[in-house]
Amino acid sequence: MLENAFTGSKRYYLLLAVLGGMIAVGFVVYLYQLSFGLGITGLGRDVSWGFYIAQLTYLVGVAASGVMVVLPYYLHNYKAFGRITILGEFLAVAAVTMCLLFVIVDLGRPDRMLNIIKYPTPNSVLFWDMIVLNTYLILNIVIGWVVLESERNQVAPPKWVKPLIYLSIPWAPSIHTVTAFLYSGLPGRGYWLTAVMAPRFLSSAFAAGPSILILLALLVRKFTKFDPGKEQIQTLAKIVTYAILINVFFFFCEVFTVFYSQIPDHMLHFKYLFVGLDGKGQLVPIMWFSIVGMTITALLLVRPENRANEKTLAILCGMVVLTTYLDKGLGLMTGGFVPNPLERVVEYWPTIPEALITMGVYGIGLLILTVLYKVAVSVKEEIKS
Amino acid sequence: MKKDVKNEFGVFGERPRVEKKLFHAKYIFGGLAVFLVLLLLPVLPNLGKAVPPPQPSLDTAAIQKLKGKDKQCVADTVWMRSYHMQLLGDWREAVVRDGKREVVGLGGKKFNPSLSNTCMECHSNKSQFCDQCHNYVAVTPNCWGCHLEKEKKVTKAEAK
Amino acid sequence: MSIDRREFIRIAGLTTFFGLGGKAAFELLTPGQLEAKMAQEAPKGTRWAMVVDMTKLDADTAKKCVAACHRIHNVPDLNNPVNPKEKVDPEDKVRWEIKWIWADHFHNAFPGFEQPYQQKLDHLPFLLLCNHCENPPCVRVCPTKATFRREDGIVMMDMHRCIGCRYCMAGCPFGARSFNWQDPRPFVKEVFPDYPTREKGVVEKCTFCVERVEKGLMPACVLESKGALLFGDLNSPKSNVRQVLQQSYSIRRKPHLGTNPQVYYIV
Repeated sequence: MLENAFTGSKRYYLLLAVLGGMIAVGFVVYLYQLSFGLGITGLGRDVSWGFYIAQLTYLVGVAASGVMVVLPYYLHNYKAFGRITILGEFLAVAAVTMCLLFVIVDLGRPDRMLNIIKYPTPNSVLFWDMIVLNTYLILNIVIGWVVLESERNQVAPPKWVKPLIYLSIPWAPSIHTVTAFLYSGLPGRGYWLTAVMAPRFLSSAFAAGPSILILLALLVRKFTKFDPGKEQIQTLAKIVTYAILINVFFFFCEVFTVFYSQIPDHMLHFKYLFVGLDGKGQLVPIMWFSIVGMTITALLLVRPENRANEKTLAILCGMVVLTTYLDKGLGLMTGGFVPNPLERVVEYWPTIPEALITMGVYGIGLLILTVLYKVAVSVKEEIKS
Repeated sequence: MKKDVKNEFGVFGERPRVEKKLFHAKYIFGGLAVFLVLLLLPVLPNLGKAVPPPQPSLDTAAIQKLKGKDKQCVADTVWMRSYHMQLLGDWREAVVRDGKREVVGLGGKKFNPSLSNTCMECHSNKSQFCDQCHNYVAVTPNCWGCHLEKEKKVTKAEAK
Repeated sequence: MSIDRREFIRIAGLTTFFGLGGKAAFELLTPGQLEAKMAQEAPKGTRWAMVVDMTKLDADTAKKCVAACHRIHNVPDLNNPVNPKEKVDPEDKVRWEIKWIWADHFHNAFPGFEQPYQQKLDHLPFLLLCNHCENPPCVRVCPTKATFRREDGIVMMDMHRCIGCRYCMAGCPFGARSFNWQDPRPFVKEVFPDYPTREKGVVEKCTFCVERVEKGLMPACVLESKGALLFGDLNSPKSNVRQVLQQSYSIRRKPHLGTNPQVYYIV
């Protein structure tokens, strides 16, 4: 089946070449990071997690959203989604791979990476994060590949794949819950110490992931002979709408709790993000754009006509992706670390080397996505003919 | 000559005569040649040369000062040559994780398990001792990124 | 439902029998457990702690304590590179600073405890360091046990095992931990020979001078403090720290977070 990835149109090869270039640049800059140290990033003693971990957090959500196509099809027999479960699963594979790569590029001593396995520490959430992410990756690779191959050979998938699929359904929200628990269990970080962190993560994941899937489906329809289907895209759009509304609601819950209770050290983080603190507020416009944009997008998505028109749907999905990315990425990271435990404001912004390494990792993820989608689409086209 | 053969359809018949041809011969042999060169790259520049065997030197002021029975290491030489890395690993766990700062070595002698403060006190000539064998077998132990070599300082003191 | 006298005595007798029997069974299976849980758990072994007496600490002494600690542990000083040409930008100095102990203002050390009408504490140099908490969140989150709590209460760092994930830095509510964003050796001008340096990519912090404490010596900052810093065994009723804490009221940083910090401040 993989041989389908080696043949394609000129446009396909061009895409692979561009991604290869991104990866090469990122790799070279990573070698520089290995030789100098993580000082090439904008991180520091006060904001010790930043752009890399922001990507990890966001992409775990995208990966978890695969469950949103798998669950209706396998648990509730929503036959329409049968066409696109493979797209969701392969998106999850690409996303989780990027998550793991972002962890690796963020480590100070990647040569000691295996210490997590050599010295297992069950009381550390990071230990469980490693386990659930790797297991989810293997699950999706196996399930996606086996089901696709069975589809190509026009036979039913083997029986042993069914329990794996049923396992992947609760596993998906659990990978994101564990990632949320990385943050929500730390007593010293008031912005993150909220019970609603895991639910917020899940709601933004189930909005962003299906949005990306919709955009990918539209691209697949445009550039290949495989049409994921209008009904499938519309159902995904409904999922996005509910999820983004819940996400906006959770945000307002947070704002209420913090500002009605008037507890100073909880308010400080929100103040830094939305009005600035101690004269510093480089994230203020970004956060307002994110929240206001998210709210307006959510309200616009409620209207069925906006969803039915695939052009406006694409724009709204793009907005969902962008606003959730800003809120859950830099917003979440910086909000947790600023002000620092001594109530000082030290700002953070990623550097160019940091951005280039990030771009390299995205290149790897997009390459995996392109190759896997090429295989899936080729199989679907093959079946049709 | 006809040969009675069974093909994949299980039917007896004549095996069709196909002219055997190696496709992409240029690339295959070219690639093999490149591979061979890359494989032999470490060996070719050193062909014909012999590297002298390592001669670690015990000639340091600290070791000269040891007299008689005291003139011995934490363990005997043969064992140390094979297992000094394991010993250092055990010492590391003992000091950092178990808080033990006293070990008993050869002859019941007590030692402070420390690379820089015990081993390097006697073997202060790292470049004539440790590096001799390490360079010969192309080993770069990464202890020295953190642990201090103390060589220059001690030799300066000896010179005085 | 009415119950006659005979019925009542029968029920009372049975309940007593089963009640006593229950306890007997418990005793048989786990002898002494119940009593042991009831009794106060007497602390065993050493429990190191530090008392910072702010009534005796002045800014110069505080600086000397910091210098002593950083000197004997080869903590890099970004203001003093080995090669004077390799200067560090002020922004990078803030980001890359490594400090095991440092002096800070009251409202930064004890956020939320501000009392606007007092002036006594505003200019005092509060010495801040790792609190060696009894319930440390940094130890809880470390995925490799590179940071771990010893029996004697010291929260230790194993530089050999640290993978540099910086989860402990996120977990510390006191900002006591530093990371090596680059190779520190170009910024260690006076190398102290009896202690290693660190490499880039690992986290470091105060270790209560464990290499000295294990030999029966006092931590470097305590020796330099002219009596302002006290270090001792809280489990020993006669120790200096125990006596001082019994006589004076002390405050600790962020006690409501439940980390049970073991650095006490007398103000």
